[in-house]
Amino acid sequence: MFFRMVRGTFRRQWKKMLMIAVTVALGASIATAMLNVMLGVGDKINAELKAYGSNITVVPQSEAVISKLYEVDDEVRPDYLKEERLNELLTIFWANNITDFAPVTETSVKLDNDDVKLVGSWFDHHLEFVKKGTTYQRDTGIINLRSWWDLKNGEWLDEQAISSGDCCMVGSELAKAKNISAGDEITVKNENNAVTLKVTGIYEAGDDEDNYIYTTLSTVQKLTNTDGLFQKAEVSAITSPDDELAVKAAKNPSLLTGDEYDLWYCTAYVSSICFQIQEAIPEASATAVLKIADSEGKILEKTELLMSLITLMSLIGATLGISNLVTSGVMERSQELALLKAVGAKNGQVTGLVLTETIMTAILGTVGGYFLGYAFAQVIGHTVFSSSIDMNGMVAFIVSVLIVAVTLVGSIPAIRIVLRLRPSEVLHGGH
Amino acid sequence: MSLLELKNISKIYGGLKALDNVSLRIEKGEWIAIMGPSGSGKSTMMNIVGALDKPTSGEVIFDGRDISKESNKRLTELHRDKIGLVFQQFHLINYLNAVENVMVAQYYHSMPDEKEALEALERVGLAERARHLPSQLSGGEQQRVCIARALINSPELILADEPTGNLDEANENIVLEIFRQLHKEGTSLIVVTHDPEVGEEAQRIVRLEHGKVISDQKNELFKG
Repeated sequence: MFFRMVRGTFRRQWKKMLMIAVTVALGASIATAMLNVMLGVGDKINAELKAYGSNITVVPQSEAVISKLYEVDDEVRPDYLKEERLNELLTIFWANNITDFAPVTETSVKLDNDDVKLVGSWFDHHLEFVKKGTTYQRDTGIINLRSWWDLKNGEWLDEQAISSGDCCMVGSELAKAKNISAGDEITVKNENNAVTLKVTGIYEAGDDEDNYIYTTLSTVQKLTNTDGLFQKAEVSAITSPDDELAVKAAKNPSLLTGDEYDLWYCTAYVSSICFQIQEAIPEASATAVLKIADSEGKILEKTELLMSLITLMSLIGATLGISNLVTSGVMERSQELALLKAVGAKNGQVTGLVLTETIMTAILGTVGGYFLGYAFAQVIGHTVFSSSIDMNGMVAFIVSVLIVAVTLVGSIPAIRIVLRLRPSEVLHGGH
Repeated sequence: MSLLELKNISKIYGGLKALDNVSLRIEKGEWIAIMGPSGSGKSTMMNIVGALDKPTSGEVIFDGRDISKESNKRLTELHRDKIGLVFQQFHLINYLNAVENVMVAQYYHSMPDEKEALEALERVGLAERARHLPSQLSGGEQQRVCIARALINSPELILADEPTGNLDEANENIVLEIFRQLHKEGTSLIVVTHDPEVGEEAQRIVRLEHGKVISDQKNELFKG
């Protein structure tokens, strides 16, 4: 009998029920999309920030100590690391989180009697080696680490395609000052050597690098007599945002308890990746580029706050919508509900009937809204992050709980009307 | 023993006295007509007698128990178990068919039993219209469904508010015949009406005016 009455309501008030389902679906879809984006946004933002350069710098231990103690300029560099030692980055636990890396050696050269900074690095370097029977290989270099460079003229230096001669890329400011174009040849020299470089492209970086010349690491090694050596390495890694544990570990990992240490070591904090790089290359010091790491945390925090607010607003909107619709539905049915009371239905039974109808409608709306939210999340993922958003199973549970809560809260005004409904007033009217 | 006794009942809405110190005794198996013009307090009296409302003052003794101070929950149980209501506007649930409308009263009383509900419809001559929706029934048929719903839980008292107010003469006669039958079977009946012909069917006629009982007489024309 109960479900015959519920079914009857659905048939008779299908327009109102549809409106409730649509209201719930909209709230559920926004909540689903926002929660999925919120839970998946950490990796996406990390990936986005990777486009803005490395987040870890590897320098020789001695250089790191001197830099820290005396805050000396990069030009004073008493030590180098061996280029082959960078192979170790592919063997550590977090190797798959290291998306790109490149060694860098900077030197000052003369170009037309003017001092210019010449930077040697890998562009699209192919790394391949065998260690303990396992073959490791990776194409890596500053093509990915400087993805924001705007190529004004020519093309990227293709390190793997260079068959003979030395090539370079010139910053846009320097190219303008010296009237250099792609295809030109320039000669740079230091106290001992000189080298002629073919310009493959002109880039605009938007910072001091617009006055630099970038060439291969081997070219700089020849010029500076540092074969097989480099000054520092830039590493770009996908990391987890820092939390209290990461902050504590960053100060001194030995202060952690055993469990804390295991958790920290097995979480992709920038500090734990740095720690493992140092384990693999003991003569090096790996440090986080704090500006990037901080930005990750702050952007993530603000994005999550924004998503939470949007979710909250959508749920408040759904609550108001449900409240309005359920209340008007109850008012339209006041005679029917009063009759149920007149034939013996208790307040709880009439309330149960109204809530059952509303919650069943809300469930239908939630299911529809969940899939709509999935679509929204994908639109956001592809529009903002150019990748899909993984659906988190927890979101379905959270959205269900939120929608039940929203439906119950939204039904409160209607329930108050049901409780106050007096058959004597509704069914008989006058006195 | 009396089925129902009203002792000095008053009901005040705002400043308006809908019932003013009314006293009335109704015996078991009695058929009473409550008559009076609009605004005389007929419906208010029916609500109080039917445990749908409480008096402002006075006592309502039903089956030996004062129900005027009972909780709403107890009053619901009382009119569910002991009172059958018949309305002028029928108040059928329009998306349920005739038998389902009868079963609603069973559902909130005990357990829905379709066979019993069909028997109740048969009793009011509507067995063949059991699967019809209210919109497919005439006014008289709807009123008979309403009566079947009032009878389904075997109440001690049938309270009918203008039961023939919306019916033509033929249907009025059918409804009155059902009431006569119920009265013969020992069911107590209180019929609120302003129609003298309906009132004259009752054993006793109580007349109200401005919330007061102005007469309470045995009906000499009663044919029962």
